Amino acid sequence: MESTIFILLLPFLSFLLLGVFGKWFSHKAAGLIGTASLLAVAVLSYMTAYDYFFCTARTAEGVLPTLMPYNVHWLPFFAEGLSFDMGIMLDPISVMMLIVISTVSLMVHIYSFGYMHGERGFQRYYAFLSLFTMSMLGLVVATNIFQMYMFWELVGVSSYLLIGFYYTSPAAIAASKKAFIVTRFADLFFLIGILIYGYYCRSFGFEFDQAGFAQGAAMLPLALFLMFIGGAGKSAMFPLHIWLPDAMEGPTPVSALIHAATMVVAGVFQIARLFPLWIEYAPGTLHIVAWVGAFTAFYAAAVACCQSDIKRVLAFSTISQIAFMMVALGVCTEYTTGHHHVGSLGYMASMFHLFTHAMFKALLFLGAGCIIHAVHSNEMSAMGGLRKYMPITHITFLIACLAISGIPPFSGFFSKDEILTAAFAYMPAMGWIMTAIAAMTAFYMFRLYYGIFWGTENKELHAHHTPHEAPLTMTLPLVFLALVTCGAGFLPFGHFVSADGQLYDIHLDWDIAGTSIVIAVASIFLATYIYMGERQPKADALAEKFKGLHQWAYKRFYLDEVYQYITHRIIFAHISKPIAWFDRHIIDGFFDFLANGTHALSFRIRGFQSGSVQKYAFVFLLGTLALLTIMVLA
Amino acid sequence: MDYSQFLYMHAELSLLAVILILFVADLVMCPDKKSGKGVYNTCLPVVLLTLHTVLNFLPCAESQSCEAFGGMYVYTPMMTVMKTVLNVGTLIVCLMAHKWLSREENLVKQGEFYLLVLFTLLGMYFMISSGHFLMFFIGLELASVPMTALVAFDKKRRESAEAGAKFILLALFSSALLLYGISLIYGASGTLYFDEIGAQLDGSLLSIFGLVLFITGLGFKISLVPFHLWTADTYEGAPTVVTGFLSVISKGAAAFVLLTILMKCFAQSELFYSWNTGMYWIIVASITVANLFAIRQNNLKRFMAFSAISQAGYLVLAIMDGTAQGMTALVFYLLVYMVSNLGAFAVMTSIEENSGKILISDYDGLYQTNPKLAFLMTLCLFSLAGIPPFAGFFSKFFVFMAAFKAGYPLLVFIALVNTVISLYYYLLIVKAMYIKQSDSPIAPFRSDAYTRLALVLSILGVIVFGIGGVFYNYIEGFSYGL
Repeated sequence: MESTIFILLLPFLSFLLLGVFGKWFSHKAAGLIGTASLLAVAVLSYMTAYDYFFCTARTAEGVLPTLMPYNVHWLPFFAEGLSFDMGIMLDPISVMMLIVISTVSLMVHIYSFGYMHGERGFQRYYAFLSLFTMSMLGLVVATNIFQMYMFWELVGVSSYLLIGFYYTSPAAIAASKKAFIVTRFADLFFLIGILIYGYYCRSFGFEFDQAGFAQGAAMLPLALFLMFIGGAGKSAMFPLHIWLPDAMEGPTPVSALIHAATMVVAGVFQIARLFPLWIEYAPGTLHIVAWVGAFTAFYAAAVACCQSDIKRVLAFSTISQIAFMMVALGVCTEYTTGHHHVGSLGYMASMFHLFTHAMFKALLFLGAGCIIHAVHSNEMSAMGGLRKYMPITHITFLIACLAISGIPPFSGFFSKDEILTAAFAYMPAMGWIMTAIAAMTAFYMFRLYYGIFWGTENKELHAHHTPHEAPLTMTLPLVFLALVTCGAGFLPFGHFVSADGQLYDIHLDWDIAGTSIVIAVASIFLATYIYMGERQPKADALAEKFKGLHQWAYKRFYLDEVYQYITHRIIFAHISKPIAWFDRHIIDGFFDFLANGTHALSFRIRGFQSGSVQKYAFVFLLGTLALLTIMVLA
Repeated sequence: MDYSQFLYMHAELSLLAVILILFVADLVMCPDKKSGKGVYNTCLPVVLLTLHTVLNFLPCAESQSCEAFGGMYVYTPMMTVMKTVLNVGTLIVCLMAHKWLSREENLVKQGEFYLLVLFTLLGMYFMISSGHFLMFFIGLELASVPMTALVAFDKKRRESAEAGAKFILLALFSSALLLYGISLIYGASGTLYFDEIGAQLDGSLLSIFGLVLFITGLGFKISLVPFHLWTADTYEGAPTVVTGFLSVISKGAAAFVLLTILMKCFAQSELFYSWNTGMYWIIVASITVANLFAIRQNNLKRFMAFSAISQAGYLVLAIMDGTAQGMTALVFYLLVYMVSNLGAFAVMTSIEENSGKILISDYDGLYQTNPKLAFLMTLCLFSLAGIPPFAGFFSKFFVFMAAFKAGYPLLVFIALVNTVISLYYYLLIVKAMYIKQSDSPIAPFRSDAYTRLALVLSILGVIVFGIGGVFYNYIEGFSYGL
């Protein structure tokens, strides 16, 4: 377990190497350095996971132990008994996250060889990827909330850098700023939450059995909710989701890694990490999280049905799926899993879905990258009929679509089914809402699928440039992830991760599973009926009939415009402007006065420095006398 | 007589050994007749000085405070730290002197340079370790006479000779006042041992008079306003390397001694309040007046003179808090100021030796021709101005904190305002180097290995002391018992 330190060090070193000396390396060398370090990280992560899950003895209660191979007191708080620690903590979810992050990151590293081939700033790209991977790994293995926050911010920075990778494009710059500002805004609440937590509970750590928690119990719901706002910012929950669709301006592999599989689930991970506190001290607040999640899932699914940019569709589907995970956590009512309590099933379901979603969503994004690579456009109108040209992409994309729609035997079916079971157990209404959203998911994913691979071929565009299958470096990750997507559902996930760490056998509730399969298949048929043909008269007719609604959803319910109005018309005009005036006239005025006064005075006294020794000695003596006067009078 | 007492003086003795070795080696170091080049000219002194520094620093951690020779000589671990700081500074000065000493007219005199520098250092050692006013005075004079010779080292150059003359005249003047002050203190207390004076002083007019004259004498060395007028002329006239030495080493030793003596002799006595009031006004005057003058300078050495005066003001700010924390803040400030200032002087020397230019306006467009030097200079200036994350920020912070805790918020505020003003003039140089264009910029050149080593040491200090609060804690560990 001591080798875990290299999991963090290797990407950091590769970041330093590529970041500082990047221009000395050729593209190939830089890519190889980044990929090799990630390969090592992946191997180490797998070894750690094997060691942890299979070779570590369970405690007497049958729980996997929490290991801390490293933990140093970094900055002590004087007299408060608190300290900022830095270290590595291994428990089921952090080890699971190690696998997710290193796998997807490795795939993205390999994939980027092909995708970013010949791009300017190739070395910089790999340096940022390494930085991101290091930060994300640091986030999940954090031993305390403060370390988590630090890496949380680092993740935000690397996301900012990567979204704005094409820094000559104004859209990319705007998107990177938007992502950074929105998530930073949310993180402010996270920080306040941490401080309240630290102040009242006398701890930043993740050991929740200390006496401090009981005494801080009254403040815990507030602290946790503030932290959740931070998590909602990162995980793009309504109404803080607005940055994620724009973040698609970044290179597509980056979208796959950061904005689909890893960083955006940080909010889910955060709740899972603090889960014992949520359940014990703030169950009411936890259910608020569930409803926020449910609304977000619905909203995002509705928007996804009307988008024409394939990456945006995927972005909204990501928001919707993360919201599923949030719902799963939010519907939990108990902590113990003994005797198959469904009350704590949501925790396991959420983590399971996080795992499977990371794989198939990365697959979808990487597939979308291949398509964009082939047709040089994000718009569905430039695509259509691509299945003939890109067989591998087509098959793997289809597998991912089936997985996200919840068709067995693909992985998404199993995890989504657990979420639905948990939702039904909490409240039948919640269960039906989530089932309906799952149906919408199947519908918009197949709308996307048919739009890309079937439908009308854009002959005009393809005449100049025939689409072709992507190179091996890009298809290999697709195939790998597709295989994972096919097999991951059969993992006995409950044996590794469950709310209280006990063994938990997953078993399908066929009432719920059957319903969801039927609804998903029906949605797929509906999508097939509307979108599969050469032309799509029905779709056009529908869009025409519900023109207002369609336009509304296409514009994402004008939420961005609302934000624009609030920030520009209200905050900037009525708050920022007066402050700017105060700064310019009062504060700057004071400093201008200081500067002018200093200048004038220094001009007046320049005669003292005359160069004559007699005069110096005279001043010396006068000074002595003045000093004497002062000191005698004092 | 107990000869083991000499062991307590191991720092002084080993420095004396270095001096004697160099004295003999000077015969060999004379320029070779055939090539005209010096032999061993920099490496021997540097190696010896390094050895001396390391040898004296290493065992200090477990040593205890003690007295020797009937209390004339005092030894505490903190003093070893201080001496080590001075050693490192001297080492950097010797490194950056290489190019200047390789000039034709200086080759024959280079042995003298090292001897004079090391004798000055020896004087400071005795000054620091003194336990008696006479010992202190002898150390002071031992330090200032060779210093005069150093200032006038380029004796054929009119400015250098003039600077030397001004320096010695005013030094004598201040020594006379200091000696007068000591005699008054003796009159008031009946003893010259630091340990005994405190109990004897009663706050009478006589003792205040003595204290004022004592402060005057050291104020001259530290170049505090209003005893600072010699500084600009001397700094300008002296060879640049010597200016660097003068601005850091001599000032640092004097400030340290001022603090130790004030604390030992006057802190417990009735005079505590009155010296605090006196220092208050000296600090305000030093920081403010120096800043006002610094703004108008065009000669970089003159500029550094005023910068040094204002830095001295911040330095004695730590004295306001007559406690161990003030002592720690002072030594840390000194250490940081030393590396920052010597770094800047190393750049200046290197440029002066290679192009003969010393005006701020000569530095216009330096970044275009010598980007590395310009960058290093910027780091040093940032550190002097106190911009985080460089060391200067933290040293200022600790000093301000010490003064704030001592109960002088207004003084800290004045100092802060002055920091803003100082930022302006330090940035003037940065602006000249980076933004301004010049028709005749300083031509690109490569500095020699010794200068580079000096630069590396200084910059390393600027950065490492900035990041590592460890050093502050380390120094703090020694500050007990002073």
